[in-house]
Amino acid sequence: MSTKPKSRRSRHSLSRMFNVWLSQHGQAFFSSLGDFFRSPVSSLLLTAVIGISLALPTAFYLILDNAQRVMDTWQGSVRIALYLKPSVSEEQARTLAGTLEEDAAVESVRFISREEALQEYRQMSGFDDVLEALEENPLPPVLVITPGFDSLASGGEAMLDRLNNLEQVDMAQYDSRWIKRLLAILEILQRGVLILSALLAVAVALIIGNSIRLTINNRRTEIEVNKLFGATNAFVQRPFLYSGLIHGVGGGLLAWILVAAALMLLDTPIERLAGLYHSDFRLHGLHWREFGLLLLAGAVLGISGSWLAVQRQLRELDLF
Amino acid sequence: MIRFTDVFMQYPGGQEALKRINLFIEQGAMAFVTGRSGAGKTSLLRLIALIERQSRGQIIVNGQNLERVTGRRVPLYRRNIGFMFQDHRLLNDRNVFDNVALPLVVAGYRYQEIRRRVHAALDKVGLLSREKQLPVALSGGEQQRVGIARAVVHRPALLLADEPTGNLDPALSWECMQLFKQFNQVGVTVLIASHDLGMIQKLKKRIITLRDGRLLTNIGQTLSEE
Repeated sequence: MSTKPKSRRSRHSLSRMFNVWLSQHGQAFFSSLGDFFRSPVSSLLLTAVIGISLALPTAFYLILDNAQRVMDTWQGSVRIALYLKPSVSEEQARTLAGTLEEDAAVESVRFISREEALQEYRQMSGFDDVLEALEENPLPPVLVITPGFDSLASGGEAMLDRLNNLEQVDMAQYDSRWIKRLLAILEILQRGVLILSALLAVAVALIIGNSIRLTINNRRTEIEVNKLFGATNAFVQRPFLYSGLIHGVGGGLLAWILVAAALMLLDTPIERLAGLYHSDFRLHGLHWREFGLLLLAGAVLGISGSWLAVQRQLRELDLF
Repeated sequence: MIRFTDVFMQYPGGQEALKRINLFIEQGAMAFVTGRSGAGKTSLLRLIALIERQSRGQIIVNGQNLERVTGRRVPLYRRNIGFMFQDHRLLNDRNVFDNVALPLVVAGYRYQEIRRRVHAALDKVGLLSREKQLPVALSGGEQQRVGIARAVVHRPALLLADEPTGNLDPALSWECMQLFKQFNQVGVTVLIASHDLGMIQKLKKRIITLRDGRLLTNIGQTLSEE
């Protein structure tokens, strides 16, 4: 006999095994889904808890994300004021402006002559009379530099140092250090949100785990009978893992809905506020990527929570 | 089919449930295990079902040394056994059909095959017309017959029953025993724990009596081992 029929048979049995595997998974999934709808109140309560727990960090993340976007538009307006030494002539100042403009780290340079500065100061401050009393113009010539965005993000301080060391320069200064400080605060908040998210994630896993634990206790007879008639551990665990998965994904979906609803409520007032600032800023909402991430987070937390509960509980029940 | 050699069994508390049991039940036999409550009937069945493990001695079932049946082999081993309980242990949230189908679902049969076999088993116990009903809608005797159908639907080589007639009146008990006899006639080895001595004696089958964990009598023992 050739080996052909045998190999065909083994392939056949492999495909049969796959079919069995698939149908058992399908069965477990649909029976878990059925359980979800058979006890809708407790299922929805659990889903709501998970949804809110996931919605909180998502909302914080969005707030920070939007704050960052606002800051980014402000960062474009961060400038360095280069106060030149009074001895530097207007011509020398213009030459310096020219060389600086060639610099890769610099986007543009504006020259403000002493006279222009004085005029501007007069208009802004209203100290007209005081300035008249002075014999000579006390203001130095100034170069206003708009740094390239990249150079600011990577080495703003280094650039400031470099400019300070220039021969003609009296002092180089950010005109808006506070933005830097705000950025630092934002970074701290970001860490905070990260920690909060981690804690809430653990909470979600524990909540799911606990509810699965209770379900396992309620279905003790079923598990016993299944095992007695030769169910593998995988078979016994499957419906509980699917139940965790379903609740987790449901929670993720609910979180998305909650955050999307909050965004809709906030959209109009924020648009009005932005209008008052003559800005076309709009809330940056959840996109497909965030939607997918939320569902994924729910799924992972649901499965891991129920997996832990199943491992622990089945061992504790000590079902032969 | 079943061979116990010097089997001792101790529960975790240290209480000894079975003491030096030597026993042989041949393939295709039908036997009763009897004795008072606490004599070790249930323990004996639990050892065969691998719910418990013996503390000493050797048990061979269907040619398999049970000490070597561990881990993943346990479920496969159990699929060759049918179980019956006094409290029937039907799942109350599933209808009769789904309850009987359980051993087949666990073993991964196709739906067509499951339906065919479940119908055959229900037909055998006379409950084919009740397949859509929940167990609570059935009488005690009917529930027990569903339990019997579940115990044989996967055509096990061995049927273990722990006080299957404990909750039934004599007429229903007798009916139940006749069903067991029929299964035995088609080749299933049947082992029943029961304290209903009167009825057992009428059936004229082998009776294994336990007292305080020891084998007392062994009426009708087949001497021709192997």
